[in-house]
Order: sequence, then structure tokens, then C-alpha cells
Amino acid sequence: MTAVLDALAAPWEYDFWRRALLVALLSGLVCGVVGGHVVLRGMAFIGDAVAHAVFPGIAVAFVLGTNLVVGGAVAGVLTALLIAVVAQNRRLKEDSVIGIFFAAAFGLGIVILSAAPGYGGSLESFLFGSILGISDGDVVSVAVIGAILLLATALLNGRLVAASLDREQARAVGLPVFWLDIALYVMVTLAIVISLQAVGNVLVLALLVTPAAAARLLTDRLGVMMLLAPAIGAGGSVLGLYLSYAFDLAAGGLIVLTLTGVFVLCWLFAPRHGLLTRPRGRGPAAASRVQVEVSS
Amino acid sequence: MNEPVLHIRGLAVHLGGREVLSSVDFDLRAGELVGLIGPNGAGKTTLLRTALGLLPPHEGTVTVHGRTARQAQGSVGYVPQRHEFAWDFPISVAKAVATGRTHLTGLLGRRTARDRAAVDDAITRVGMDDLRSRPVGELSGGQRQRVLVARALALRPRVLLLDEPFTGIDAPTQELLSRLLTDLRDEGVAVLMTTHDLAAATTLCSRLCLLNRTVVADGEPAALADTDIWLRTFGLDRAEQLLRSLGVTR
Repeated sequence: MTAVLDALAAPWEYDFWRRALLVALLSGLVCGVVGGHVVLRGMAFIGDAVAHAVFPGIAVAFVLGTNLVVGGAVAGVLTALLIAVVAQNRRLKEDSVIGIFFAAAFGLGIVILSAAPGYGGSLESFLFGSILGISDGDVVSVAVIGAILLLATALLNGRLVAASLDREQARAVGLPVFWLDIALYVMVTLAIVISLQAVGNVLVLALLVTPAAAARLLTDRLGVMMLLAPAIGAGGSVLGLYLSYAFDLAAGGLIVLTLTGVFVLCWLFAPRHGLLTRPRGRGPAAASRVQVEVSS
Repeated sequence: MNEPVLHIRGLAVHLGGREVLSSVDFDLRAGELVGLIGPNGAGKTTLLRTALGLLPPHEGTVTVHGRTARQAQGSVGYVPQRHEFAWDFPISVAKAVATGRTHLTGLLGRRTARDRAAVDDAITRVGMDDLRSRPVGELSGGQRQRVLVARALALRPRVLLLDEPFTGIDAPTQELLSRLLTDLRDEGVAVLMTTHDLAAATTLCSRLCLLNRTVVADGEPAALADTDIWLRTFGLDRAEQLLRSLGVTR
């Protein structure tokens, strides 16, 4: 027993591990809450777009030597606004607009970084995260932005739910649906920016979508889902980081794989709806539909 | 006769540069239950959406309780077609009905005793008390329609607009909704519904408005026995069968 406790406490001996654990915990928590709205709105693709869109901002901030979080947030919000405005053109579906802008933003980021000296190493840390290289200042940024995001989601929760549930009716009673969309995009951007250092640009989408999707499988109650998603996100992130410490393997990848493991367990064993736990007699169509969701 | 609560004069509405409605004059008064009838593409939903302030008038005026449609937003009850609602959402019947009052609650979403009473009352009126904690994804088509009606009633509106409430629901649900709409009319609510169920409309509604890009005819069902009116509204060659089914002619 003491051995287990010692093993659990061991990483806390090092400052950089303490910072890493804190950031993993906060990222998982905040992304879980924001991701709940992303999954319910069916806008995972927008999360992907924003994740790529913050890249040029971070590249510019890196070249100028300014705060990476601020640079990424500015670029992400700008791209989200561009998408929201261009998507008002009914001739183009939103997913096409998103596809154009996120590839463009990513291309821009790579060009900017390639012009900077020492670009190879920094590119890798942007893409795959560098959770063990986090500074005290970064931890403070993550904590402050995370707290603001949690407050914003608490305040806007009812309105965001109404707009996701039935856009037409929400607009009919005068809710500012366009501005709620913008607010959600901005929140997604900030959640992604503060999580970039934990898992990197390529994998950050998993932090946003996987815990919320797993929580959705576990419950048909909105309030419960909004509590389970951050719990799964924070728990999975910390567990993944411990595994990385124990086996000396890449932290970002292990965090994402741990979350994926939780999702698969939920998919198999969720009460009533799990593959192995749901009542017999439902057709194979239901099972294959779930499989499609897993593979995509 | 009392003042109209929904007052439309000379209305033209354009969608994507195309004129969908033109020169529409229409009044809806408290205690009326009016059926809006017309073929697909006649502009029925467009008329409702303009009255809700979702579409701007190109010409003419739309007033609700003497205010513009946009100013009146939030006080008009609206039951959109069922496919507008995300039925896969993890939300219970009671919570879904309560979203009808979201714009009235503060940012923290704390509901007052008045909010709760309005929601409970709306759920009771559509006969869903025993299903109030059921997830909306597990409801039948008729139950879903009742949730949408309850969500609109949770506002305690004086004007209620329904878009095809009778499409795709079974006879018992249609009977329940018909009785509910009649009760609301008797309580002084102004009710306007679009429908393709002509037989139900002629028996239920106190007035029918036949619409095809503009108002073709407007009056009590019995006053609309002229075959020509129905021919013009629906662009049919022969209306005998249609009218026989309504009991307008023999």
C-alpha cells in the first residue's frame, strides 16, 4: 500500500512534473466542459479547425518572442469569426468553409515557422505538445483562462443549450443565436490554446471531443453529462501523464490513448446503451451505427 | 370586434431575391383559431416566420400587440416543425419544455417559482405529467409534438403560431391537441396554425385563410364553399374530390 502511495507521490517531487500534472488536470477539466457543448452541437469539425487555426498565431508569437497563449488565442478567434461570417453565405456549407480556412491557417503557420531560426524542434513541440517544458507563467495563464472559461460556460449554459436544441425556436424568442455561436467558438479556441502544451496541436481535438462523447454514452441527462465530461477529461489526462512517467513514453499520446480507452469502455459497458450491456432484441443496425462513430 | 393582436398589411417577403409573399393582408384576433391553408411553397411557413420577426418584410407592416414583429419576439408562442428540434439531445421532457423560457431567466439560469409553475402547467396541459423525466429521444412522434406545444405554452403566450402540428401524428394525439387548441381559443389566446389536414382544419378552425403567395380567401369554413376559390389556391383542375372530403359540397 505504501509502495503504491509512494509511486503516486513520486512525480510530485519534481517541479516540472507538478506543473505538468496541474496543466493536464486543468486542460482535461476545461476541455471536458466546453467539449460537452461541442459534442451536443455536433461541431467537432469546428474544434479541429480551430485547433489548426491557432497554429499560425503561435508561430508568430514564437517568432516575435511574445506570449504563445495570447498569439494562439488571437489567431484562433480571428479564424472562428471568419468561418462564422463566411458560413452565412448559404451557397457554401459550413464544413467546406471550415475545410478551407483551417488548412490555410495551418499552411500559414508552417511558412512562418520555417522562416524562423531553430524551427525543427519548436515545430515538434507545437505539434505533439511539451507538457514537461511548461513554465510557472504558463501554469498561471492556463489557470486564469480556465477559470474564465468555466465561469462563462456556467453563465451561458442555458442559452447555449436552447440554441443547440432548436435554433429556429431560439431565434424566434429573440435569443442572440449568432453571438452565442461566436461565444462558443471563442470558448473552444481558448480551451484548445490552453491545452496545446499538454497534448499538442495534432491531438488536442481528442481532449475536447473524447471525454464529452464518452460522457454522452453514459447518460441521457444533460446535467450529469456536463459533470461526467470534465471528470473523465481531468481523470484521464492525469492518469495518462502518470503512465507516461511510469513507462517513460510520450505524454501527449498517452493522455489521448487513456481517454480513448475510457471511451471504448463506455461504449462497451455503458448502462442500457453499451454494446455488451444493452437489452437484447435491438437490431444490428444500432450496433453498426455506433461502430461507424468509433471509426470516424 | 376586438383589436387584432397580429396585424398584417400589404406584406411582401423576399427569400433569396425571389418574391414569396406579396400584398398579404391578414388579421388575427384574441379568441380566434385560424387555419392557414395552401399548397407546398405557398408561403405558409414564411408568413409565420415573418410574424415571428425571423424574416424582414420587404414591403408592408407586421405588428404584434401594436409592436413590430422583432420587438414582440419572446412573447409569441411558436411551435416549429418537428425536424427543427435535436431529438438526440440528452434532455428530459421537463427540461426541454423549460427551454421555452430560457430567454426570460437570468444568466445563471435560476428559475423562479413563476417559471416552474408555467412549465408544470404546460406539461399538464399536453398530458405529459407521467413522462416528464423521460429523455426526449425515447418519445414517439405524437409525444414529441406535445413537447413542442408545451414548450410554446410555457411562455403563457397570448399569440400562438403552430407550423403543421398535425403532420405525422396519430388520431389520439390529434384529438388531444385539437381540444387543447380549442381551450386556448376559449381562454382568449389568438391561435394560428398551418396544416395540410383540410378535414381537421374545417371542423376545428373558426376561420380559414387560403394562401398561395397572397391571400386567396379568408373567412369561416362554411363561407368558402365556392369551388373556384379552392381551385385558385391549389392550382387544381378539378376540386370536387377535395371539397367532398371536406363536406363543403356533396
